[in-house]
Amino acid sequence: MFEGWLSIVVFLPAAAALVIALFLRNDSHIRWFAIGATVLNLILIVITYVEYDRGVGGVQMVDRYQDWIPVDGLKAEYLLGIDGLSAPLVLLTGLLTAVAAFASWRITLRVREYFIWLLVLSTSVLGVFLALDFLLFFIFWEIELIPMFMLISIWGSGRNRYSAMKFVIFTLGGSAFMLIGILALFLSSGVDTFAMVSIPSEGIEGIPDLIAGKDLLIPAGVIWFFLFTAFAVKMPLWPVHSWLPDAHTDAPTAVSIMLAGVLLKMGGYGLLRISVGMFQETKGFQVQDVAWLLATLAVISIIYGAVVTLRQKDLKRLVAFSSVSHMGFVVLGVSSIVGVGGTVTHAGLNGAALQMVTHGTITGLMFLTVGLVYDRAHTRYIPDLGGLALRWPLITISMVIAGLASLGLPGLSGFVAEITVFLGTYAVWPWLTAIGAFGVVLAAGYVLWMMQRTFFGPRNERFQDIEDANFVDMIPVVALVISIVAIGVFPKLVTEIFKVGISELVRI
Amino acid sequence: MTAHDLWLLSPELSVAGLAVLVIIVDLIIDKKTPLIWLAAVGLLVPLGLTLALWFNTPETEIGVFGTVTADRFALFFHFLLIGTTGAVIIAGATYSKKFVGFQGEFLALVLFSVSGMMLLVASQDVITAYVALELSALPAAALAAFLRTDRSLEAGLKFLLLSALSSAVLLYGLVYLYGATGTTDIAGMLDGINGMTANGDRAFGSSAIMLGVVMVVAGFGFKMAMAPFQMWVPDVYEGAPTPVVAFLSIASKSAAFAIVLRVLYTALGTEGLAADWSTLIAILAAITMTAGNLLALSQRNIKRMLGYSTVAHAGYLLVGLAAVAGNSDSADFIAGPQGVLFYLVAYAVTNLAVFFAIIAITNTTGSDMISGFAGMARRAPLLSVLLALGLLSLLGIPPTAGFLGKIFVFSAAVDSGLAWLAIIGVINSVVSAFYYLRVVRTMFLDEPDSEERVTADIPVWAATLVASAGLLVFGIAPSSLLEFARYAVFGVIT
Repeated sequence: MFEGWLSIVVFLPAAAALVIALFLRNDSHIRWFAIGATVLNLILIVITYVEYDRGVGGVQMVDRYQDWIPVDGLKAEYLLGIDGLSAPLVLLTGLLTAVAAFASWRITLRVREYFIWLLVLSTSVLGVFLALDFLLFFIFWEIELIPMFMLISIWGSGRNRYSAMKFVIFTLGGSAFMLIGILALFLSSGVDTFAMVSIPSEGIEGIPDLIAGKDLLIPAGVIWFFLFTAFAVKMPLWPVHSWLPDAHTDAPTAVSIMLAGVLLKMGGYGLLRISVGMFQETKGFQVQDVAWLLATLAVISIIYGAVVTLRQKDLKRLVAFSSVSHMGFVVLGVSSIVGVGGTVTHAGLNGAALQMVTHGTITGLMFLTVGLVYDRAHTRYIPDLGGLALRWPLITISMVIAGLASLGLPGLSGFVAEITVFLGTYAVWPWLTAIGAFGVVLAAGYVLWMMQRTFFGPRNERFQDIEDANFVDMIPVVALVISIVAIGVFPKLVTEIFKVGISELVRI
Repeated sequence: MTAHDLWLLSPELSVAGLAVLVIIVDLIIDKKTPLIWLAAVGLLVPLGLTLALWFNTPETEIGVFGTVTADRFALFFHFLLIGTTGAVIIAGATYSKKFVGFQGEFLALVLFSVSGMMLLVASQDVITAYVALELSALPAAALAAFLRTDRSLEAGLKFLLLSALSSAVLLYGLVYLYGATGTTDIAGMLDGINGMTANGDRAFGSSAIMLGVVMVVAGFGFKMAMAPFQMWVPDVYEGAPTPVVAFLSIASKSAAFAIVLRVLYTALGTEGLAADWSTLIAILAAITMTAGNLLALSQRNIKRMLGYSTVAHAGYLLVGLAAVAGNSDSADFIAGPQGVLFYLVAYAVTNLAVFFAIIAITNTTGSDMISGFAGMARRAPLLSVLLALGLLSLLGIPPTAGFLGKIFVFSAAVDSGLAWLAIIGVINSVVSAFYYLRVVRTMFLDEPDSEERVTADIPVWAATLVASAGLLVFGIAPSSLLEFARYAVFGVIT
């Protein structure tokens, strides 16, 4: 790949947004243009994904401008690169952005602004996954807030203003601490770089290598907690999850898809790349020391999320709370970093990474389907629904696939990820894993019960005259179903490349 | 007074001369609009002279009996002050129609005030600094009262009285410093203090110097809008004409920070002393930003809100000022002041963009209340986007200059062992999201009162666009400005 390739991948959506802002006026043109741009970007991302050389590994396709902020005391570079950890997440982002663009088909309010924000959001998330300079990473992390704030508060429903502000304040609060952590790492003597990984081909020595075994400006444990706070809020982990159900419930469908499918993964990615990747050999504190904390919080999130999900009566809120539970599996997998008797099997971490991708596609499909239901029924209140299967078979099939994948049916992607997590963590945390596995049982409960109440049962006369999903509605559904089945049957598609990334991440 | 002294003073003198010229021309011609262009174009002369000085003088040139310097530090602020003044004059063109018949006086007062500020940042002697401060403050008080409404008169009177009070406090402080060191020369004070340290006395242990430092900081703190001397800010901001508010919030604040930087770093920059005043400034910084942000939360008038916001930003700037007792290798030592200079420029372009957009909008709507901005995104799409961009820069969201400014001062603070202060700073930034984003939300989400389009005249437009472009350029490609700031900082750090 040529120099600048990844910059094109990251900034193509933003460029499309600029074109819309400056030149396009017709709503229908804007829709097609935005969809075209996201699909084109997905194609570029697929090419990137295929071109990444698994045999060689490491960071590839580096895009670098060294003199971005050249002064002493704050030497930041413009540094993009892709490795085994980020590649599948970038692919997920490309896929879900295209899905979200299709799902925005029915938006009629302020169409131009809507697609501009959606595309800017896509650029910022891609930037988070591809930036390898810590300051640049942070910049993309912060930029993402504004499109989300606008998308939820203008196009949302219900208490959208409150939810949008809550989302921003929680995330800003988390990232405020992250900023201090980043600065403290950079300013520790002998670091003087924001490079998040070492890239030998470019002569870059990254923070993980530079801080190994050294005294830091602030104790390493404090820095870790500052950074972890930001990721925990984003993921979200109990007890800082409370913004998520509000934001999800009140956001428009496509934004919920982006939020659950991609934005939460920023937290998981940060946890893996930074909280785990940088703190295994630090002096005085290692991430292994707090693995028990990760495992405990993870299990609380899994069980608490699932129990609360059971009690939800709003379809979207239900899917939102199930995300808390499912992201808990990511953290549970990560907690296996402590290993047994000094050896760390990579299974738990691989499972965690895979769970991010599978949760992204499954929850994306769930929100998409809920959106289709809401567009027709104009309600998400479960007791008002029921008996939809006979009237809307396509929508029902889509929800059934998503639901079964979500509860971990073998052959679909959710199963592979969760079983890998359990395989990795059982040896390390047998009791906690056993409790966590109970979350799967609860998932079966809330998914099946929800489907029974919503889609099955006696024919519902209320929605007699409303048509099932049409062709355009089904394009994103089919895309997500294919990815769910493909990963379920042939997990190697994603796991192979994650394995490369994880094995470079684990240093002990 | 030699020709060389005149050369060193030429930027200040040419601004003052321009002010006189404006008054004379005002007497001759009837129309007022040409005066605005005379003032705006006339500012190219001091700008050119400053450029010439930048390229032609050795770095530490001192003249006029050792009281005035034209070092890079002073010239850096000359650029900032001249640029700000030019932008305010152009953007205020339409607004100044409200000063029926007094446009000429308005321009002359602005120019006199800025000449005082330029002299202030260039002064090498505390007496010159004091005189320059008065020269900048008295026209500013008249400007605040320029609308001649009750609110405006109250603003002017408040500014005048508190300004006089703070000058008195400052003068007391300077007297103590003079008494302890035996000189009014800023560089000479350092020798005096070093002499005391050589005798085994701890300089800050001398209560005279301690009192002096506290009073000097308090005196200038009034101009910086530092808590607990911020009481005047919201009232003056609400009552004074909007272009004057833009001018005061940027030029006056920048000049005050410049002279405080010079006094603290040049005269009181010895290691033991710096550790002490750094603690003092750090505490004031924490109080200032917290007070500003909390008080801004409940404001309904946008100018009042921005008044408290300017207090908060004084707090962030003080963080950079406090970040001195660093890991003492020289590269880190300048990180604090360099961050302050970058922040001041970032804050200048941001606040200019914000105030110009507000001027453009309120020229039509006539209301400064935040509720008056409801649905503005529909009535004036581009102006709303620019105003939102400015507010995001004040909040510190990338890719704006305000974001990098905060990064620079906070990183300097962490490096100086003031991580606690940086944490208070970032938490404050989160708090500020409430009130900045509330305005953005009002503009983009609420229903407008009327569908009437809001349009602005070309001068305001041009000024807003230039300032907004500046805040993006400095936010995305900061390296040249940082380099510029680095040169300037070496003027005060030897």
